[in-house]
Parts: sequence; C-alpha cells; structure tokens
Amino acid sequence: MIRVVLPAHLRTLARVRGEVELEVPPPVTQRAVLDALEARFPMLRGTIRSHGTLERRPYVRYYACREDLSHEPPDAPLPEAVARGAEPFVILGAMSGG
Amino acid sequence: MGSVRILVGTRKGAFVLTADGTRRSWEVSGPHFAGWEIYHLKGSPAEPDRIYASQSSSWFGQVIQRSDDGGRSWTPVGNEFAYEGDPGTHLWYDGTPHPWAFARVWHLEPSLDDPDTVYAGVEDAALFRSRDGGHSWQELPGLRACSGALWQPGAGGMCLHTILLDPRRRGRILGAISAAGAFRSDDDGKTWRPINRGLVSEQIPDPTAEVGHCVHRIALHPSRPDVLFMQKHWDVMRSDDGGESWREVSGDLPSDFGFPIEVHAHEPDTVYVVPIQSDSEHFPPEGRLRVYRSRVGGHEWEPLTRGLPQRDCYVNVLRDAMAVDALEPCGVYFGTTGGQVYASANAGDDWAPIVRDLPPVLSVEVQTLP
Repeated sequence: MIRVVLPAHLRTLARVRGEVELEVPPPVTQRAVLDALEARFPMLRGTIRSHGTLERRPYVRYYACREDLSHEPPDAPLPEAVARGAEPFVILGAMSGG
Repeated sequence: MGSVRILVGTRKGAFVLTADGTRRSWEVSGPHFAGWEIYHLKGSPAEPDRIYASQSSSWFGQVIQRSDDGGRSWTPVGNEFAYEGDPGTHLWYDGTPHPWAFARVWHLEPSLDDPDTVYAGVEDAALFRSRDGGHSWQELPGLRACSGALWQPGAGGMCLHTILLDPRRRGRILGAISAAGAFRSDDDGKTWRPINRGLVSEQIPDPTAEVGHCVHRIALHPSRPDVLFMQKHWDVMRSDDGGESWREVSGDLPSDFGFPIEVHAHEPDTVYVVPIQSDSEHFPPEGRLRVYRSRVGGHEWEPLTRGLPQRDCYVNVLRDAMAVDALEPCGVYFGTTGGQVYASANAGDDWAPIVRDLPPVLSVEVQTLP
C-alpha cells in the first residue's frame, strides 16, 4: 500500500483526512502513484499536474524519505521505502509568506 | 415579498449572504473553499439553486464547483480548459508574440434557459462553454480567430471578463476583454467581430483602433438589450445599437475611470458607476467612496453618499463586484477590495455595509428569489 500526503487545500478538495492509501502495482513511480491518486480522486486532476502535458505544476513539490524528488523523471522508481509503504510520498505546495 | 441571495467571491473564499425582502437583516455563510481565490460565482436564471463557482489558486490551478442546493453544498466538476487546436500567440506587454496559456476562469455566465449550459470567460482570453453542467468544457474558437493575434494583456492579465447573453435575440453574445475590447457574436458564438467603433483610448498607438481597448465592464437592461453601457479604462460609454457604435456619456463624473457598471432592475436608463481616481491610483477621488447614478442614461450623474465612508477611504471596487436585485425598490450591492459589501435597498439613496471584514472582494452577484 502506497501512502500519500496531500497538502491541506487538496485534502479539502478530495474530502479526505490524513494520509491517502493507494494500491499501486510495481514498478512504483511518480507517474504510477499520481495516476492512481487521480483515478481515485478525479477532482484532483489538473491540480497537481497540468491537464494534457501531465507536468508537475510549478508551485507543487514532491518529497519522500527527506529528499526532494520534484525534478526526478516521472517514470523513475520511487524509493523502496515508499514502495513498501514505510514512508509516505509527500505532495506539497511551495511555501509563501509575507 | 421574496428574498435575496448574494454570492460574493473573494481572494480567500466564497461567501453567501441572504436576507428576506426587507433586506435589513443578513445571514452570512462561508468561507466556502477557504483559502482559494474565488473570482466569480453565478446562479442559473433557469434554476436558481444551481450555482457555478470559479475556484483557483496559483499553486493548484483551476477548479469549477457546482451547487444544486443554493450554495449549501458543492461538488467539483470539470476543470479542463483546452484551447481548440494550436492556440498560436497573442501579443505580450512589450508587443512581442506570446504563446496562449490558460490561467484561470474570470467569469461564469449560466444560460438564460438551460441550467446545464454555462459559459466561462478565461485568461488568456477565450470563451468556453459547457453543456453538461460544467463537467466538460469546449472552446468557442471563433472569438480568438477574429483578431486574437493582436490582443494584448492589461495589467490584470488578458481576461475575458464580461459575457452578456441577449434575452431577446437568441444566439447573440457579447464579450469584453482587457485589453482587447468588445466583441459580438450573432450566431451563438461561432463567429465574432469587434464592436469598438467610437471608443477612443489615448494610451494605445492608434486611439481609435479596431481592437486594443481596455474595456472594464459592459452592462445592459434585459428589456432593452441593444442599449449597452460600458465602463472603459477611462470613459463611460453608451451604445444604442448593440455595440455597432459608442458615444461617451461620462458627463459630469468626477473621474471617468472605474471598473464596474450596472443598470437598475426596473429603470433601463438608470445606471450606476463607482468612479476611481485614475489608472495609477485605484481608489475613490478624495478618499470619498461615492456611487454615481444617472437616471437619464448617462451624461448627468449624481453622487450617492449616504452611509458610505466620506473620508480616508482608499478601497477599490472591481469590475465584477457590483450587482442589483429585482425587488421593489431595486437593491444595489457592491464589494470592495477592503472586504466590505455595501447594500442599498432603495436604489442607491442609502447604503449600509452587510459585512465589513471579508477578504478583498472580487465579485458580487445577486439572486432575487421568490
């Protein structure tokens, strides 16, 4: 089971609390996780990745295992700890303040 | 007696304000979609409990929400706005070609008679239509095809912010774009042409060009849809022939710069504007918030001040942030960038704030309910 942490605004939009758990067959990649997430929560389509290109939106980041995976290729395998559910795949919005 | 429901879009969520026909006591619900920018909400004239909302964020993009119970509950519907074919380029601020890119929905205009049909005016400027209650959206590309390569953004972005559906001549749609001008289709959005004759904009190389005018808002009265009132970047304008030609009716306004313009629900010649100091100083002249009303279709304007702050007021009123109800007497409402929503239950003679401390108000729409 893959664990996914959504930013607060997207948890509200998807009407979930806490982490989301997804069945993702191997190989577990960014693309596979996001495809599974959007299949289960269609309202998230276009909010993390752009429609059409499926590119990460500019102010969205992907973290896991204390690493920034935002610029990793979408079909690269995620860390083994994410694939076995020990660590979550974290989607978050870039920080802003002022 | 009827009742009133006001739909308020703000920088940090949507609010629904309701009152009975006396319009003395208000209930406030919200924020809906807290933390998101809500550029616009509007209810279907055919089914008032059907409301569409444009929810957006720089982080997470565009969401369209739909309510079927008057704003008590909401469901996200379709949010894919794909330009038809290769969208090509428009002009950037410096006059160079710039690729067309969807940013957000500025304005939603439900069909007059079909609750499942709704139009969306977007940035970068284009018109989309949904015929399935917002689940899917198709561009009406004839609008961009008519002159889009020549359009340039205004400071707020290149947005299609005004969509008017002619209630008498079905298939006639008017649109207005900052900073391209006004456009009209007479065949249900298939083909379009600019309708900017008579507009004069000294800020562009050719002040009387066919396109390039920064139109801020257009309003009409449904009983007389060929008469149009326009608040341009500078100048308040009027057309008596469906936009074929325009003439200035700024008259004795203290400033003819402003954003919203609205028409009284029962008096087609009674028009409201909110003058703003200038294009570089977006606040009321002299720090006095005044709505101006013309009862003769322009030229002669009277300030409406009772209940509005008459000193130290430096808010703005944005283009989609003014609306009227259809009760008797006509109610007039507007929201400010300072978070106030003001209401007048007597056509503008007296004003009072319904709320004072919302986030900056982007849009105000009013539904008059049985």
